[in-house]
Amino acid sequence: MRTWSRRVAVFTSVLAAGAVLAACGAGGRPDEGKDSTEDVVGVTEDTIKIGAHFPLTGVAAPGYSEIPSGHKAYYDYVNANGGVHGRKIEFVVRDDAYNPTQTSQVTNELVLKDRIFAMVGGLGTPTHSAVVDFLNGEKVPDLFVSSGSLQWGDDVESKPQTFGWQPDYETEGKIIGKWVSENMPNARVGLFLQDDDFGEDGEKGVRRYLGDQIVATERYTSGNTDVAPQVAALQAANVDIVLGFNTPSYTALTQLTANKLNFDPKWFYSNVGSDPELVGSLLARFSEGAVKDGSSLLDGVVTTEYIPGVDTPDDPWVKLWQEVWDKHGSGGKLTNYRVYGMSQAYTFVQALQSAGPNPTREGIVEAIEQAGKEFDGPALAPFRYSEDSHMGISGLRVSELSGGKANPLTPVLTTDIGDAPIVKDHSGAASDAPPEDGIPTG
Amino acid sequence: MTAFAQRIWASTLGRHLLLAGLGLVAVALVLENTSAFRNGQFAVMAYMGIAAGGLTVLTGLNGQLSLGHGAFMAIGAYTTALLLDDYESAPPLILVLLAATAVALVIGAGVGVAAARLHGPYIAGATLALAIAVPGIALYFQGTLGGEQGLTVVVPDVPNWFADAAYFITANDVSSSKYVAYIGWFSLIVSYVLLANLSRSRVGRIWRAVRDDDVAAEIAGINLGRARVLAFVVSTACAGLAGAVLALAVRLAAPSGFMLTLSLALLSAVVLGGLGSLLGALIGAALLTFLPQVVTSIGLDAGLTDLQAAELAPLVYGLTTMLVVILAPAGIVGTARAARRRRRSHP
Repeated sequence: MRTWSRRVAVFTSVLAAGAVLAACGAGGRPDEGKDSTEDVVGVTEDTIKIGAHFPLTGVAAPGYSEIPSGHKAYYDYVNANGGVHGRKIEFVVRDDAYNPTQTSQVTNELVLKDRIFAMVGGLGTPTHSAVVDFLNGEKVPDLFVSSGSLQWGDDVESKPQTFGWQPDYETEGKIIGKWVSENMPNARVGLFLQDDDFGEDGEKGVRRYLGDQIVATERYTSGNTDVAPQVAALQAANVDIVLGFNTPSYTALTQLTANKLNFDPKWFYSNVGSDPELVGSLLARFSEGAVKDGSSLLDGVVTTEYIPGVDTPDDPWVKLWQEVWDKHGSGGKLTNYRVYGMSQAYTFVQALQSAGPNPTREGIVEAIEQAGKEFDGPALAPFRYSEDSHMGISGLRVSELSGGKANPLTPVLTTDIGDAPIVKDHSGAASDAPPEDGIPTG
Repeated sequence: MTAFAQRIWASTLGRHLLLAGLGLVAVALVLENTSAFRNGQFAVMAYMGIAAGGLTVLTGLNGQLSLGHGAFMAIGAYTTALLLDDYESAPPLILVLLAATAVALVIGAGVGVAAARLHGPYIAGATLALAIAVPGIALYFQGTLGGEQGLTVVVPDVPNWFADAAYFITANDVSSSKYVAYIGWFSLIVSYVLLANLSRSRVGRIWRAVRDDDVAAEIAGINLGRARVLAFVVSTACAGLAGAVLALAVRLAAPSGFMLTLSLALLSAVVLGGLGSLLGALIGAALLTFLPQVVTSIGLDAGLTDLQAAELAPLVYGLTTMLVVILAPAGIVGTARAARRRRRSHP
């Protein structure tokens, strides 16, 4: 009798559990529902929310963590002057410590929890690669990635929402290669490359013009601070000029190592690694005080520029940035990283203006594709945005450093990836001046 | 409680399966009632939990300190990335998870044999070297392993049977991130059941004996080396599985995701939760996942700048660790259990 009742009890509880399970769900799919006209994510009557991932802590933070403060200052300036179509811009920054695993977590947070309208200026090649598919899958505009990798702009079909901003490394490499082939046609050329997309794309560009002049190619892995073997190999190959596609720390390290080895070639660092102020302070730190005036050690170094920097305080753009920073900055002085952030922010405001009074995610992407080529801004050369290309700034100029200042050696030169020829820029982008109120009209 | 239920509870396997079943229901309830963002965080908690569970068995039950579990997660993640590199030719996900586990297991066996000859700080040193060296391998073999950029992982579509079953029960559609969270938690539950059974069995008793007094254990006829290698292998297999889930959740395997900090974070999760306790490992993983994000959000809401809020997270995590070490030296679960035992013996 007891066994029987127990069996009944078990049987009924299984039955009941099954019934509950069936009742709590839908039990089948309804027919395709109708599309409700939803509000645009991140846009309200008087605000628009955007966000980005930056390394605010960790090894990549020095320098790079200043970029978002430039963004913020410029948005605050725009907001104080009435915003864009009456909306104030909210910029949410999340720290990824330059770790792709964290980038994916904070991007989830930005997109799914903070519900941003667009990602603007997310920094880093390995970090941003971790989230670029997710952003495109969720149809979030992924604007003006802070990295010169080709992949942000050369494949519009698979990444329709992603746009590059700064000149890509291949374009930069081509212009550097051509300059060297014209100005030092008999020089023995050595390459010093970071062992990733950055060095690879740069090398691709340089080799187009310098194929047979290159006598040594040395690579370094980011994180390994001993560059003596590479520098010694360049010295052994007896090179006359070294082209460096490296980060600022490695500019300082190669300078110190070359000094030690009594190796004195001409140095040409690509834009990424040549900020005289940061390199100068790194030199002082790495040499433990032996080098006092670090930025003058870079005298005679050749580099490239694509936006005006703090070494030209009389440039109308830098004047505007200085004014913005004085009014809305978060302390400290104006640096080239903050200028970079403000220049990017300027382009975003321009894009938002062109997207009209009722911006949508599709609308802003379309607006950049249609009008992006015509955007006037701090960039020395025009953007390449179109339906087929999301590549950013199309060119730069070659300059020589002296006393922490960059003196132009060439006019602004523009080109594109692949076979595109290098031509002098006739668009007049370099002589654009900011509008009176410092806010673009689109 | 009926005799039937009592009988199940009395058997180790029955109890663990019952808890696993309850866990599964809880996971489904939680995942269905939280936002997509929280789903993503639960996926993170799942892989941290799996790896911490393996580590807590190794360190808590067998007394071997590993500072290199991040490296085994990297091995699992890279195996997954290599298998899931193409949308069309992707093998079934279950095979991918098993392959990642198996590869980490085999490499773990090799390292384990070496580690079994070492004691205390020397094992820590050897595994530390591993944690530093493995990300370098990905940089060296740039052609196959993608270098600094890493390899992207193509997460397969949610299979129809799963989507339909989930829809039948919950009336919610399964997004890709929720699917990954489910995979993570299924893997966690399966691995925890296996680990719990193992630690309750003869093998677990042997591990404890070796941990407590290796000389006594050897006199009792236990092969010390075999016991140590087995514990190491089980633990690295968990790390490999965790790496596979990580690769699915992050959609990328890149060396900068597997720096030494990952191994140290795992260890701190295990210490916070309580050495040797799977529940403790889970709590540690939850702290590791949710604490920084919640603290940053609170900091931002309190009006801190982004930079200050970002710096607040490691500060609070550090303070929490210190507090736990001072107030609950046996970890959260360990100290709670000791308190309960004391109360029972002195009613």
